[in-house]
Amino acid sequence: MTRNELTWLIGGPQGSGVDSSANIFGRACAYGGLQIFGKREYYSNIMGEHSYFQIRVSENQVRSHLDPVNVLATFEAETLLRHAQYVTDDGAIVYDPEVASTKIDDIPTIEARATQDLKAYLTARGVGESVQGALDAAAQRGVLLLPVPMTEFVAQVARKFNVDQLSRLSRTVNVLAVSASFGLLDYDFAEIAKAVRYVFRAKKSVAEMNEFGARLAYDHAKQNHGSGFAHRLAPVAANEKRIFVAGSQAVGLGKMLSGCRLQTYYPITPASDESEFLEANAVLPTGAEADSPEAQESAFLKENGNSIVVMQTEDEIAAITMANGAALAGTRSATATSGPGFCLMMEGIGWAAINEVPVVITLYQRAGPSTGMPTRHEQGDLRFAIHAGHGDSPRIVTASGDLEESFYDTVKSFNFAERYQCPVIHIVDKALANSTQTLPYFALDGVRIERGVLARPRDDGGYRRFELTPSGISPRAVLGMPGTIFWNTGDEHDERGHITEDPVVRMLMMEKRMGKLDLAAKEIPPEDQYAFHGDKDAETLVVSWGSTKGAILDAMEVLRAAGRKIGFLQLRLLHPFPSEAVAKVLRGRKAIVDVEMNYSATLAGLIREHTGIAVTHTVVKYQGRAMSCNELRDSLTAVLDGKAPPRQVLRHGV
Amino acid sequence: MASEVLLRPADFQSDVHNDWCPGCGDFGILKALQMALADLKFERHNVAIFSGIGCSAKTVHYVTTYGIHTLHGRVLPFAMGAKLANPSLQVVALGGDGDGLGIGAGHFVNAGRRNLDMCYLIFDNGVYGLTKGQASPTLKLGLKPKSLPAPNINDAVNPLWLALASGATFVGRGYSFDIKHLRDLIAKGIRHRGYAFIDVLQPCPTYNNLNTKDWYGGEDLVDAAERKTPRVYKLEERGVDPVVHTLEDTEAKQLQALKYALQWGDAIPIGVFYQNEQLPTFEDRLQDRIPSYAVEPPARQVIADAQGRPTVRLNKLLDELVVT
Repeated sequence: MTRNELTWLIGGPQGSGVDSSANIFGRACAYGGLQIFGKREYYSNIMGEHSYFQIRVSENQVRSHLDPVNVLATFEAETLLRHAQYVTDDGAIVYDPEVASTKIDDIPTIEARATQDLKAYLTARGVGESVQGALDAAAQRGVLLLPVPMTEFVAQVARKFNVDQLSRLSRTVNVLAVSASFGLLDYDFAEIAKAVRYVFRAKKSVAEMNEFGARLAYDHAKQNHGSGFAHRLAPVAANEKRIFVAGSQAVGLGKMLSGCRLQTYYPITPASDESEFLEANAVLPTGAEADSPEAQESAFLKENGNSIVVMQTEDEIAAITMANGAALAGTRSATATSGPGFCLMMEGIGWAAINEVPVVITLYQRAGPSTGMPTRHEQGDLRFAIHAGHGDSPRIVTASGDLEESFYDTVKSFNFAERYQCPVIHIVDKALANSTQTLPYFALDGVRIERGVLARPRDDGGYRRFELTPSGISPRAVLGMPGTIFWNTGDEHDERGHITEDPVVRMLMMEKRMGKLDLAAKEIPPEDQYAFHGDKDAETLVVSWGSTKGAILDAMEVLRAAGRKIGFLQLRLLHPFPSEAVAKVLRGRKAIVDVEMNYSATLAGLIREHTGIAVTHTVVKYQGRAMSCNELRDSLTAVLDGKAPPRQVLRHGV
Repeated sequence: MASEVLLRPADFQSDVHNDWCPGCGDFGILKALQMALADLKFERHNVAIFSGIGCSAKTVHYVTTYGIHTLHGRVLPFAMGAKLANPSLQVVALGGDGDGLGIGAGHFVNAGRRNLDMCYLIFDNGVYGLTKGQASPTLKLGLKPKSLPAPNINDAVNPLWLALASGATFVGRGYSFDIKHLRDLIAKGIRHRGYAFIDVLQPCPTYNNLNTKDWYGGEDLVDAAERKTPRVYKLEERGVDPVVHTLEDTEAKQLQALKYALQWGDAIPIGVFYQNEQLPTFEDRLQDRIPSYAVEPPARQVIADAQGRPTVRLNKLLDELVVT
């Protein structure tokens, strides 16, 4: 029997409450001291297309997903058809027996290619092209089938609470599927009830109805099938204070903490969630006084406090330029976007670079080019971020590997922007934005805000915004500061900021601006530039950047537990590139494996460009779904065994 | 904010060499702007002038306030960002007709929807001067200034109509060769509580040989007694009251403004077409959401203590996420 190591998946049409169901499942596990990693997949669609949420549970920290599913929770046909074949032989399928007769051809939302594959799979197993066929095929492998009479249970809830309109109970079927899963896993119902109450906290009566329904499904599953099931979940004592964080919150919380007080955005998936989170929390808690409820109500605090202005602009051009304008006035300002929006920001980023404006751009990568696959994952924008805009211009590019890094890196991004007076592009992605995780409570005490070299009010009329200094950094004045009149222009300019085409001044200004990158490379602490994980002296070294970190670390854990030696160099500062440090780590390795969620292995190219070192292997993926722990484990094993081709392309994921 | 020592218009003149063509209408606008700033008794550091790209955009380098010369078409979002961050700044945006109504048309419309308390001037000469005289969005269909190889194939947008349709709460038009009138109009626009748009008719002596100083002055409109009738006339001299005194006036005043804004040809009105201070500004609307906005707008918030520790108490939000 496997205890507290589980992958659970729920799916359903978009708009049917799959997210809340997963939220209940994840929270119930988390309340019981278990750790979770959740991954959300969905179409670019409002309603009706297939979405799913996959949660991996463990007593230890989990940072990635596994492809095989132990418990598949469904309440409709499509999820069952799409995912049943990935359920482990010792796993289970929770389903509504009423959908068993649904045929594949009755479901228009499964793409033609996937339909063909599915039919071929079922035909090969001698079963029908229907939900029943998929169930039969699963049963052949020993998968436990758990039918839950969902209509009957919903009717019972309706009777109990005198609900005439069954539409009010449309979400209850999801809760039934969640709760039946828990019954099967013999988990503690108290934690489930707590999670149900939390998720439906806005309406007590709805919470009560769902809790009642959850009990029905839980008992049904436990009584009928609980005893023999190969997987179990049980609460454990948590040894630390833990939070349950969704990806879109991590950067938002970092912005609040960093002192970002103006954020602009134009709606785009998957970046907008962060801006909406900020807008919903525009008034921020400040000061010791705010600790008491009375103080929170006081007129003083209502009129004096930190707040963040979130502006939905007419396009991304306005988003970056408005953020620039606010930064000129001294506000820590940012914008958040994704590939297509980032494309529109080029000119505004160049303007910020030539005028030495500290502005932060949070770039949520998604599958491109063009509209690409708006809700799917890719790390395709590294070169683009480094070279965004025309001309030679300084910018700092950082990339976070997980939600914790996303949080702390956001504060650092603003510090870098203000210290080096240039745009900072902070790269995250769809995989991070749509993942959910239990994490240790963020360590706030060590966080520091560094605003860089600032000008002071003066009365001699001699302020020069772009004063040439040995460091290349000029004291920064903000609009409204007495005696600091300055000019900005997108043209090349002199020390005061007036247009010039003088060749000598041009050279001095180029050297001033670009020199700041050398300074940044020198000053930014090594731990913010790269991180080394695993065996220092391993012959085989993985190099990567961004959100692949979780799957790499989890795969390495498995490999190292099996006695294999492997190291991982994670790049966190991509521009300026930490060339010497990277070269030092890479030199002398037998195998260097570049792992990236893109076609071109862009980091491998950058490494070659900056160090002259060619990686020996690449492991890439570009079908839009994040890398899983198991496929990475397999591809790294192949490298360790000396059996890997130079390029491995991963392809798992529905 | 009034200063102790009042600044004269000349005090707002920088030492930067002005490279506009001789006879350019921009000189009059620069002068009128400097006079308006002096009349408004502004201190330099409380004024930020933003510009787009083009001849007009160089204006900011000739003025001794903060001068932010931005990107082609993007002057409004830059200016709005600064105003939102620090609403006590006096923010003036300016640029050409191509800048504001061609490449920047989207921002032109959305600035109207927001109604921030700021003033935007368009230097309207019908051509793209700095790139050698191509047709701009205010050049009428079929016109052929000498810089065009063929008559204009596009029709013109009406800036005043577009401003009204977009929600601007102050819509005016000035003429660069009537400096005193323009000075007062700019001062009114800046004083206006909300978003003021002013279209300034500005002959380009180098590329637009149709809408010239002589043409606006009516040199060709001579009666039997050889008297000239200037094309440009002042709305206020015809007793037009553009002000929305109560919200019920709105439709009538908008229709009146649209009517006068249609006039062109031998009679071209200048002055205030429409003014409505009965509507909440964007700052008012933000204030409703964020009670501390007026006292502590973004740029005035203290975000860290002397040791760099953040002032925000993030633990209050993190506590809501705690599961164990």
